[in-house]
Amino acid sequence: MPRARPRLSVPSVSSDPRARVSITVNGEQVEREVSVRLLLSDFLRHELRLTGTHVGCEHGVCGACTVLIDGKAGRSCLTFAVQASGHEVRTIESLAGEDGSLHPIQEAFRECHALQCGYCTPGMIMNILGLFESEEKLDLSDEGIRLALSGNLCRCTGYQNIVAAVRKAAEAMPAG
Amino acid sequence: MSTRAFGSRIRRTIDPALLRGEGAFVDDIPLANPLHAAFVRSPYARARILSIDVAAARAHPGVVAVYTGEDIGVLDREMPLLIPHSSMRDARTQRPLAKGDVYYVGQTIVMVVAVDRYTAEDAAALVEVEYEPRPVAVDIEEAVKPGAPLVHDTHPGNVAAYFVQVSGKPDEAIPEAEHVTKIKVRVERSTAAPMECRAVAAQFDPVTGELTVWDGTQAPISVRGGLASIFNLDEDKVRVIAPNVGGGFGQKVLLFYPDELLVPMAAMQLGRPVKYIEDRRENFIGSSQERAQVHAIELYAKKTGEVIALRDSFLHDTGAFIPYGIAVAQVASTSIAGPYRIPNIWVEFTAVYTPTVPVTPYRGCGRPQSCFAIERAMDQLAEELGLDRFEVRRRNLIAEDQFPWTREGLLFADGLRVSLDSGQYQKALDMVSEKLAPKDFAAEQAKARAAGRYLGLGLAFYVEGTGLGPYEGGHIKVHPITGKVYVNTGLTTQGQGHETVFAQIVADQLGVAVEDVILVEGDTRAFDWGVATFASRAATVSGNAIHKAALLVRKQIIHAAANMLEASEDDIELRDGAAWIRGTDRRAPLAAIATATNPLRYAFNEAAKAATQFAPASRHDGPPLDEGQHPGLEATDYYSPACATWAYGVHGAIVEVDPDLCDVKIRKYVCIHDCGNMINPTLVEGQVMGGIAQGLGGAMYERIEYDREGNPQNANFVDFLVPYATEVPNVEVLHLETPSPLNPLGVKGVGEAGCIAVGAVIASGIEDALAPLGAGKFRQTPITPSMIHAALEGADGR
Amino acid sequence: MKPALFEYSAPKTVHEAIALLATDPGAMVLAGGQSLVPAMNLRLASPSRLVDIQHVAGLHGISVEGGKIVVKAMTRHRELELSEAAYRANPIIREAMAHVAHIPIRNRGTVVGSLCHADAAAEMPMILVLTGGSVVAEGPSGRRTIAADDFFQFHMTTSRRPDELIVEAHFPVLPEGAGAAFDEFTRRHGDYAIAAVGAIVGFGEDGRARGVRVATCGIGSRPMRLAEAEARLEGTKIEASDLAAAGEAAKAAVTAPDDMHATTSYRRRVVSTLVRRVVETAARRARKGR
Repeated sequence: MPRARPRLSVPSVSSDPRARVSITVNGEQVEREVSVRLLLSDFLRHELRLTGTHVGCEHGVCGACTVLIDGKAGRSCLTFAVQASGHEVRTIESLAGEDGSLHPIQEAFRECHALQCGYCTPGMIMNILGLFESEEKLDLSDEGIRLALSGNLCRCTGYQNIVAAVRKAAEAMPAG
Repeated sequence: MSTRAFGSRIRRTIDPALLRGEGAFVDDIPLANPLHAAFVRSPYARARILSIDVAAARAHPGVVAVYTGEDIGVLDREMPLLIPHSSMRDARTQRPLAKGDVYYVGQTIVMVVAVDRYTAEDAAALVEVEYEPRPVAVDIEEAVKPGAPLVHDTHPGNVAAYFVQVSGKPDEAIPEAEHVTKIKVRVERSTAAPMECRAVAAQFDPVTGELTVWDGTQAPISVRGGLASIFNLDEDKVRVIAPNVGGGFGQKVLLFYPDELLVPMAAMQLGRPVKYIEDRRENFIGSSQERAQVHAIELYAKKTGEVIALRDSFLHDTGAFIPYGIAVAQVASTSIAGPYRIPNIWVEFTAVYTPTVPVTPYRGCGRPQSCFAIERAMDQLAEELGLDRFEVRRRNLIAEDQFPWTREGLLFADGLRVSLDSGQYQKALDMVSEKLAPKDFAAEQAKARAAGRYLGLGLAFYVEGTGLGPYEGGHIKVHPITGKVYVNTGLTTQGQGHETVFAQIVADQLGVAVEDVILVEGDTRAFDWGVATFASRAATVSGNAIHKAALLVRKQIIHAAANMLEASEDDIELRDGAAWIRGTDRRAPLAAIATATNPLRYAFNEAAKAATQFAPASRHDGPPLDEGQHPGLEATDYYSPACATWAYGVHGAIVEVDPDLCDVKIRKYVCIHDCGNMINPTLVEGQVMGGIAQGLGGAMYERIEYDREGNPQNANFVDFLVPYATEVPNVEVLHLETPSPLNPLGVKGVGEAGCIAVGAVIASGIEDALAPLGAGKFRQTPITPSMIHAALEGADGR
Repeated sequence: MKPALFEYSAPKTVHEAIALLATDPGAMVLAGGQSLVPAMNLRLASPSRLVDIQHVAGLHGISVEGGKIVVKAMTRHRELELSEAAYRANPIIREAMAHVAHIPIRNRGTVVGSLCHADAAAEMPMILVLTGGSVVAEGPSGRRTIAADDFFQFHMTTSRRPDELIVEAHFPVLPEGAGAAFDEFTRRHGDYAIAAVGAIVGFGEDGRARGVRVATCGIGSRPMRLAEAEARLEGTKIEASDLAAAGEAAKAAVTAPDDMHATTSYRRRVVSTLVRRVVETAARRARKGR
């Protein structure tokens, strides 16, 4: 296989117009110059190296990229980084303790075998966290939990153990 | 360890990292300043390429390279045929980049490499390709008709392969039949849709001359072999790593997808890391699919319901190419008699080229189709003979004392005999019957009908040949400083939990905690003998190889510990991370033994110091290492199965159909399942429940909607309906554990099991529910509301 | 699957936003982005400019005034869904909202954005038609109110002019004593409806239905009232035969061609069933005083 010498003239970034964004991510304010079309998912993953937020479809159906935006679950693939400027974003990386100890939702997922490949898991957890941290009372019936989980696809588990994990996490979480 | 790890519901060791978002999937691997690839793909199902103009794309700012088939040197060739077979003539495989002709919508024609994926997509849109479209026949039944447009001019009738298999003497048995049931069934095209699409990244190190490829593949060792061969590199100069992989389900084991070759090529040529992260649309038009088959099945029976012969003739859609050979069709054909004795079988198939995405195995691999055929036929036979659906099955099931039940004449996908090795089929049927209580249900059904509600009972049995060879290996090493046990095998994991179940196997033999056993797989540098993760084979083939390697290391530990503790080997027991003299408190920790078995030891740590407190690990006069001895605690062994081991199960469901909306609700779903000895029941249940959800997708929701021109109309998650939590019912999973007599652990595969029977169960249930409305038969999946509506309209006489 | 390049503007006032729309004919308004961004990622939409209106003053909030619920342009679905004031004013909004995609989408997507996107199977445009609501468009020549019936022209086509910004939507409150109900059928929860039906039913002193409104979406090129079905219900006691007649009458309204999720013939069955069930529920609620 012929090998070319590295091309020195090739730029590292595109020639897209760029904008300055300032986003509070997991409690820390970050500022970057980014392409105006950069999706928030790519911003988190590739600018900030927060690769726990996964990308499954980039059209809003699978929910793998779900993060909290101003405390509410939202699709990072359907938000431009420029739109998030001035807002607060929370990702899966913020949940565990500094010593790696798991958040009650994470712990419940582990206890209930609610993940297999783990690709959808961060999005699932952020969606659930958003509901737990909202003012509304979560309906912990099977149907209620399944409704809450709709919007997040999982291809491995068949969801049953995720439903159990949400219930278990709700019991373990401090009320409110 | 006081309790046995094997068989226990142990939490997965991989979970904390995945839960914290610390998984490392291909696109998460940090690479220095990587370039990104995007493809120009065919918008036509069949066309001649008249011209390709890449000038504008090359000139686009941020573009580093643009490749057509003319620019890729040694890669400009037809890709390998993985499994040759005499039933195929001139089997067709695709080129990494199309030249001359395109054969399906989505086929790769040009690769663009740019500074980011956004720019690469911009440039791909600037490539101008002029096509001359050609006529197509997309549906398999159309494609085999005389005069149908051809996918490949070389293959008249679009016949890719034709094969007949015979077991017993069907010609002699058929005239003896007192009743014949004939039905035709159809299963539609679907796809695995793993949550993570495919992904490849490559980096070439000019200093060491090493090519490193991160590939979300199920088969890194084979990928490495192929790359080394095609690029003419020593295998040790190519390292292929399958890191965390977000689901595979068979789709990630094609050798090769175009990107798996082109991305490493570009990385070598351009001197920068290159990555290709497939997007969801590309996954729908560029990555393998499966399932479309049409079966005409005939059961020849006695009046008692005993089936004495079976004939099945089916068409199998192989898509535009047949890179995997006839594997899917062969599995379907050899599974056609299910769990039933049926001693005389004649089964033929025609694999048909269609101008669609190539077909390779997707979880189930032909079994959901053959299960659908035989189980729908058994229901029909029951109805025609006036027998209960449970009873007709009971009269045909292989009895416990009849194993092994060999279907002489049939060869499985591994080329080995079909021999169902063990099971308790009658008991499984009794268990599902107990759960569904068909007599009570009949009363409830009648009552519901009187109230205008339509309940139905669905039932289906399946068998699954699992644990295919040829072999896998296991390597185990005890580390001297920490005493931790490292295990390697040639597989990859896409969520099955190998790291946990293999640790369970090792933990029992070496007397260590499961958390202290660390599996490293999916990396050709860690272990490079082996096949891949597919065909429900990991637990059986690698599991037994690792078990055998663990027995060797166990022996080494006991031998060394006996010397060190100056005791007899018979008195040594292994538990709690140490070797003990039985009945005493005298022990040598594993780390100390691992240290002591290395003749060169520095007192780096406590283990080393501790080791000096004992007698030598090895006692003989002569050099520190005796002839044939190796330092440390380490062993490798392999397991090669003589033939597949057959798992099985039976599913039953109660469904309710609302005829006014044609809506189907699953009120109850029960699965009786037997995969031999279970290493970890929780994980087995996870596999089964996930498989059932995927099967339910195929039963009611998922179908690739090709239009008449061969354009997939739903290449996205908006219209390809993967079920959400709201669509999947709770499932009750009950286990039987009939050990496989074929391997030391007595295990059978479980990965694919869940999905196989679901289509047949749902069809059976809907048919039962709507029988009083005269809706007729449901012999096609997925069963959509529009199909139920059409059935009811037909019943209304319109 | 990445969007094509565009210019990005984040105006602070309605005036600025309108000026941007007026000067760039390829510009599109970005509010919640839950319909637009997927289309852009799939490169089905490639606007030359996005006018992000999140920072525009005066486009946030919900109020109930003058017999209507006023929903400003940046109001997210979820805000309206959870608004107690809106629920008291017209409970059908919350009932329908539960069917709009999923919570994370409703957290970001805006009600007015959904109205402007005007998918023929979307719930909120149909609710605007059902309730007889309207939108307020602001353009270079000032404000105008557009009635729902005039606003929705065709699938993904409205009468908004390219240089206009829809600044608010008005959903009338539920008439005193009336009952309302909504239901839809989808193959998968949260997807666009194969057919959806909403109904508002009141009763006169004589126990006969008055002011019956029935609307649907998913079965044609835009959300619409089902006039024939309404005619078979108005003035009746909404008995089984009336419901059956209305359901039957609704079938003729189905114009959507066969598609991968439903045949035309099947959609007729669904809309007919939903009309019967939804009107019955609305009538029951009216009789019960809600």
